Amino acid sequence: MTDVSISRPVPQDLLVVLRHPPHGTHWLREGLDVALVAAAFGQRVGLLFQGDGIYALLKGQQAGALGQKGTHSQLAMLEMYDIETLWVSARGLNERGLSTDDLMLPVVPLEASAVTELLQRHPHTLIF
Amino acid sequence: MLNYALLLYAAPYSHQAALSALRFADTVVANGHRMKTVFFYHDGVHNASALMAPPQDEVHLADGWRRLHHEHGTELLVCVAAGLRRGLLDVSEANRHGAVSHSLEAPFALTGVGQLIDAMLTSDRMITFAP
Repeated sequence: MTDVSISRPVPQDLLVVLRHPPHGTHWLREGLDVALVAAAFGQRVGLLFQGDGIYALLKGQQAGALGQKGTHSQLAMLEMYDIETLWVSARGLNERGLSTDDLMLPVVPLEASAVTELLQRHPHTLIF
Repeated sequence: MLNYALLLYAAPYSHQAALSALRFADTVVANGHRMKTVFFYHDGVHNASALMAPPQDEVHLADGWRRLHHEHGTELLVCVAAGLRRGLLDVSEANRHGAVSHSLEAPFALTGVGQLIDAMLTSDRMITFAP
């Protein structure tokens, strides 16, 4: 089981929602690029991993047989850009049989109601 | 009056979102608001192609964006990273990469994602159009 945060999430300046896995499309790479640039421009950025976007956080990733670079190197840069507010959908984790122990970075799992509140309370949201 | 920015992720003609974005932009100015910036990202960069040649009985999307710029001063900003890897190059990038041709011209402008963040912060509303 995954422990779900009971404290209210603190909104950042910008919420970037990531819903696609590392390979197969370019959505995740280009979403993370926006998050990194926004942080470089002094914005406080929070990331929400939803649906298959949670696979971005799985441990042990590498540039794969599909010939794409993958996104693990971008994720490794998040801390350097002071992006340390990472939320994941608790339902998304459970649906995929994953727990936070399977993920390469510390994250805060959120119930569906908290995800809704997160979207409502952020002044800016970009969805990828 | 509100300042609007649009963020377009969808390729032209492949998805309704590209045409919907243009129709939304026209409606913004028709209602007396300012259509300040359109930022083309992901597959949306293809909307800026100078080589676009749709059949004459279809809406010409790139012409639509150019018209918005000329009549209302809308900035047409194309992400350089997303554009270059998809073949959207202005003259100087085409020369720099030794390409046979360029595919992007003013009033479309190659720019960085920083301009997207700036558009987001300096507009009253930013609306995303995605496939």
